[in-house]
Amino acid sequence: MEDKKLTKKDLNSMFFRSWFLLGSFNFERMQSIGFCVTLIPAIKRLYSKKEDQREALKRHLEFFNTQPFISAPIMGVTAAMEEQKANGQPIDDATISGVKVGLMGPLAGVGDPIYWGTLRPVLAALGASIALTGSIVGPLLFFILFNVCRLATKWYGLKYGYEKGTEIVSDMSGNRLRKLTESASILGLFVMGALVSKWTSINVPLVVSKYTGTDGKEVITTVQMILDQLMPGLLPLLLTFLCMRLLKKKVNAIALIFALFAVGIIGYALGVLA
Amino acid sequence: MSTFEIVMVAIVAAICGMGSVLDEGQTHRPLIACTLIGLVLGDVKTGIILGGTLELMALGWMNVGASMAPDAALASVVSTILVIVGHQSIGAGIAVAIPIAAAGQVLTIFVRTITVFFQHLADKYAESSNFKGIELCHFIALLLQGLRVALPAVLVAVAAETGLVTDLLNAIPDVVTRGLQIAGGFIVVVGYAMVINMMSAKYLMPFFFLGFVVAAFTGINLVGFGIVGAVLAVLYIQLNPKYNAKSVAVEEIDEL
Repeated sequence: MEDKKLTKKDLNSMFFRSWFLLGSFNFERMQSIGFCVTLIPAIKRLYSKKEDQREALKRHLEFFNTQPFISAPIMGVTAAMEEQKANGQPIDDATISGVKVGLMGPLAGVGDPIYWGTLRPVLAALGASIALTGSIVGPLLFFILFNVCRLATKWYGLKYGYEKGTEIVSDMSGNRLRKLTESASILGLFVMGALVSKWTSINVPLVVSKYTGTDGKEVITTVQMILDQLMPGLLPLLLTFLCMRLLKKKVNAIALIFALFAVGIIGYALGVLA
Repeated sequence: MSTFEIVMVAIVAAICGMGSVLDEGQTHRPLIACTLIGLVLGDVKTGIILGGTLELMALGWMNVGASMAPDAALASVVSTILVIVGHQSIGAGIAVAIPIAAAGQVLTIFVRTITVFFQHLADKYAESSNFKGIELCHFIALLLQGLRVALPAVLVAVAAETGLVTDLLNAIPDVVTRGLQIAGGFIVVVGYAMVINMMSAKYLMPFFFLGFVVAAFTGINLVGFGIVGAVLAVLYIQLNPKYNAKSVAVEEIDEL
């Protein structure tokens, strides 16, 4: 009997389906239907018997949740394992589930800081700073650059996972992923530092001293002027640390935002903020 | 607003809502969503500026694991409609965006809970190896996420024209709108804090301080920061003994 093999068309179809991974996200099994729908072209190709198809579908309706872009290599590996199974290799359900579950946690740990922690904030901040001038270049730049990175990750990730199969489990234990995550974190933190300093504005116009200079001009010193001499952006920095601490204590982000709104309104009413 | 405009608003809002759950093409981000709504309503420039402003505030809003972020999609769509159709200032748009983001978060949690029903329906279809059925469950759930934003958007678009919404927004005292605008300047730090917390690597914090100080005393723009940051990252990896342990050991053996 000839070996069953996924065609290029199947992989392409899986690639497009993977764009909708989170479509039916729910609190019970999260991305499970999305994962199953992505695997359907492979299941159709590999299994002709109804009961085999049924078993495969059930296998992939199990709990699944990871960073959506980095899910692609997992889909590739899973497809490769299904292919081996369909060709009679002794791979049981538990092995396939085990590889999926074993990969989704660590890969999310890599994908979250890279894509949500670094790539998106950096590109979004860049796009937003241009957009503030009213230029369409801002949104376009963000949209195009981000999606190029996303699609490249998904396409090459899927192929890489499929071609390497379970070998990628050993690849993952190497330093490569750690280096990537650390580089992304460095870039992300560096840019965040710049954003805290430059793209935040707090102004405390409280007057500390006021006197008439020798040339007859009035010299006013405000709290903000003193703070700026000390270190520009000091207040935003302290506020950032406060927010980090509160968020770590599980204070809801929306609650924090509302609290800061209140600070803004009360501060303005009292003349402390401008 | 013409019927055509309302239909277009509904379509764009649905795309943003679906983007919000998918988190793939980023159509739910303010930068994109506000721009698209602005385009549909014939005032793309206002959309872009509002989008840029909201984007900075929402920089750290992300869905990690099972936790839900405030909903940027509904906030962007509705606030842009209010600003353009209801003739409001960008400041007022920002002020209404935040409560709407909280409401949107509740709505998406609601839909994600309902979707558990489709999960079980999909199980049933799997029993009869019904591929089409499972796909249907998947995409109906996605459609619900689109409607979750499209329906409120259409309601607001229709209401915004009656003047009722405008009157309501105009009734907000000046001290509140001005205070909200001021707060907008520093509310962005909540987003920054979320991003920094997610990295959660204390030993890398020197890079954060370096970025802060360099920005405070120089005029480098964000592109420059991106490049310097990337260079620092490469240098760190290249020079870190943690990654060079093997070659050092080899050299030592060679010396012996």
